[in-house]
Amino acid sequence: MHPVIDVRGAVKRYGQGESSIFALDGVDLSIEAGEYVAIMGPSGSGKSTLMNIMGALDVMTSGKYFLDGIEISSMDENALSVVRGRKIGFIFQSFNLIPRTTALANVELPMAYQGIKSAERKMRALKALEVVGLSDRVNHEPTELSGGQQQRVAVARALATRPALLLADEPTGALDSKSTSDLLDLFDQINAAGRTVVVITHEMEVAQRAKRIIRMRDGKIISDSLNAELVK
Amino acid sequence: MNFFEILRFALRGLTINRLRTFLTTLGIMIGVSSVIILTAVGNGSSKAVQSSLDRLGTNSIQVRSGSGGFGLRARAVSNNTKPLTVADAVALVDSVQAPDIKSAAPVMNANATCVNGTSTSTPSTFSGTWPSYFEASNTSIAKGVYFSNDDVTQGRRVAVIGNTTATELFGTDNPIGQTVRCGGIPFTIIGTTAVKGSSGFLDGDSLFLAPITAVQNSLTGYQPLSTIIVEAKSAKTTDAAQSEIQTILDARHKVKSSTSRDYRLFNQATLLATSSSSSQVFTVLLAAVAGISLLVGGIGITNIMLVTVIERTREIGIRKAIGAPKRAILSQFLIEATILSLVGGALGVLGGFVGSHFTIVGVKPVIMPSSIFLAFGVSVLIGLFFGGYPASRAASLRPIEALRYE
Ligand SMILES: Nc1ncnc2c1ncn2[C@@H]1O[C@H](COP(=O)(O)OP(=O)(O)O)[C@@H](O)[C@H]1O
Ligand SMILES: [Mg+2]
Repeated sequence: MHPVIDVRGAVKRYGQGESSIFALDGVDLSIEAGEYVAIMGPSGSGKSTLMNIMGALDVMTSGKYFLDGIEISSMDENALSVVRGRKIGFIFQSFNLIPRTTALANVELPMAYQGIKSAERKMRALKALEVVGLSDRVNHEPTELSGGQQQRVAVARALATRPALLLADEPTGALDSKSTSDLLDLFDQINAAGRTVVVITHEMEVAQRAKRIIRMRDGKIISDSLNAELVK
Repeated sequence: MNFFEILRFALRGLTINRLRTFLTTLGIMIGVSSVIILTAVGNGSSKAVQSSLDRLGTNSIQVRSGSGGFGLRARAVSNNTKPLTVADAVALVDSVQAPDIKSAAPVMNANATCVNGTSTSTPSTFSGTWPSYFEASNTSIAKGVYFSNDDVTQGRRVAVIGNTTATELFGTDNPIGQTVRCGGIPFTIIGTTAVKGSSGFLDGDSLFLAPITAVQNSLTGYQPLSTIIVEAKSAKTTDAAQSEIQTILDARHKVKSSTSRDYRLFNQATLLATSSSSSQVFTVLLAAVAGISLLVGGIGITNIMLVTVIERTREIGIRKAIGAPKRAILSQFLIEATILSLVGGALGVLGGFVGSHFTIVGVKPVIMPSSIFLAFGVSVLIGLFFGGYPASRAASLRPIEALRYE
């Protein structure tokens, strides 16, 4: 079995010459199927940059990236859109739901782009909304939902396509503590069902749920270890 | 992802941004319909001028007072200008000196309001003349009779009126035999003319014709004539007739050289040439105004489209992040732009047709088919290009770039 994520020598440079910054400065990372990984580190250490590359939202300056054994770093934009739709569920700090569009339609959208038939799409979307506990909010638009509820719609949207990989960039950053713990319970549940989960966070509380914690600084991984709590 | 799915997204996009949809459609509509209406007005006015000249007949020549020039020179000459007189008209009917002239009729225009009980009418053409005027000006009688040479000699207050004047004064009653007072003077109606139709700014049926003697005696006095209408024997002899007029009038008015004539001749050909060139200028001017309005409309569309795409770049980023291919996003925006510009363009064409049914500043607009295609085509192209171009740029961004866009 190959790892779900296999990043080798990832470099991401912004700008030219003197003033250029290395957001990623040679990162190697391998994540096996079914893992639950937290990425921590100070602001500006390159966490989001790494996550965006793993999510195929961004490209690196140099290095290689294999997702599920397939090389992503050499794909063109069209092929990448397929990968984003089928293999990856991405959750943002700012939810990123389509405005003035119902929860149901938001969850259906990635499946629509995959060409899944309307009836099946709706069924799967309703199921995903049920999993995140929003069966009574399917026809609400983002502005009619709380932050926690919006983030759960985003999780449902990420799950409905049954991706191998769930990536979340500071998913609890905009949530209160109750919504945070609800969301973390949801992640536990998703991981328990066999899905790979990678979460970026500042908060120890969030990282403690993961089984493996990676720390970054200045574009490099400085530590990579199993969760101390669990090791105990 | 099939076409109907994308079409649904596009329709949703349009219904979500109702105000934008409405304003864009309105902009295109106004641009397109103003192009169609304005060019139709220009076209209509030149058509009207043409048909009024056609009606004048090809054999007739008008003699008017005044020199050919404008400005200072015209004023200098006007000091020794001899007025056109009835005697001039009489002199032109001369089978020896002027074998190519069939008839000549002096015309004395007046301004008078006619009253019949409570009805009033101010004919746009109120002329005293001779019976030969009717043939020279292609005016025929529908009901009743022409006035006769005897009526002219006796100065009888009889009149032949046009349709518009008849309706204004008598409604549906038969005007023949009735008496109206024009400028306080009673005239008995003896005939009505066949319908001429309106010619541009002038209603050809707002007409009142009476013996010149009656008009001079009672209304105008013995002022210079307005015009003399001369009829050549045939269309072929118009040029010969014209030089005969010049020979006779030059002698009578003591004109020394052809550049110092104190009268001007107009025949149908010269009138057609000057008026069609001036109405062409008019049409071009209107088309320019219309073009500017289309341009302004186009800038409006462009602006709204650009703002929309920029506003929705983040949304494009979200869509791409969850797996939307570039083609799907591009199609969505192109379909939105197409629907907007097609609907706006179609409404504009409709508006153009409706607007062209009304008489505008006295002109009955005549739609030019080319203006429809031009206006519609330009608006659709503007919509497609300025909707498509920024959308294509946004759709080509990497998702993370589009998402970062604020
Ligand atoms: N679009 C960009 N242009 C220039 N520099 C950027 C851009 N995005 C990120 N950076 C820089 O890259 C570094 C890493 O950023 P990021 O990955 O967002 O950090 P983190 O998520 O760990 O806070 C930072 O120094 C940041 O300023
Ligand atoms: Mg970050």
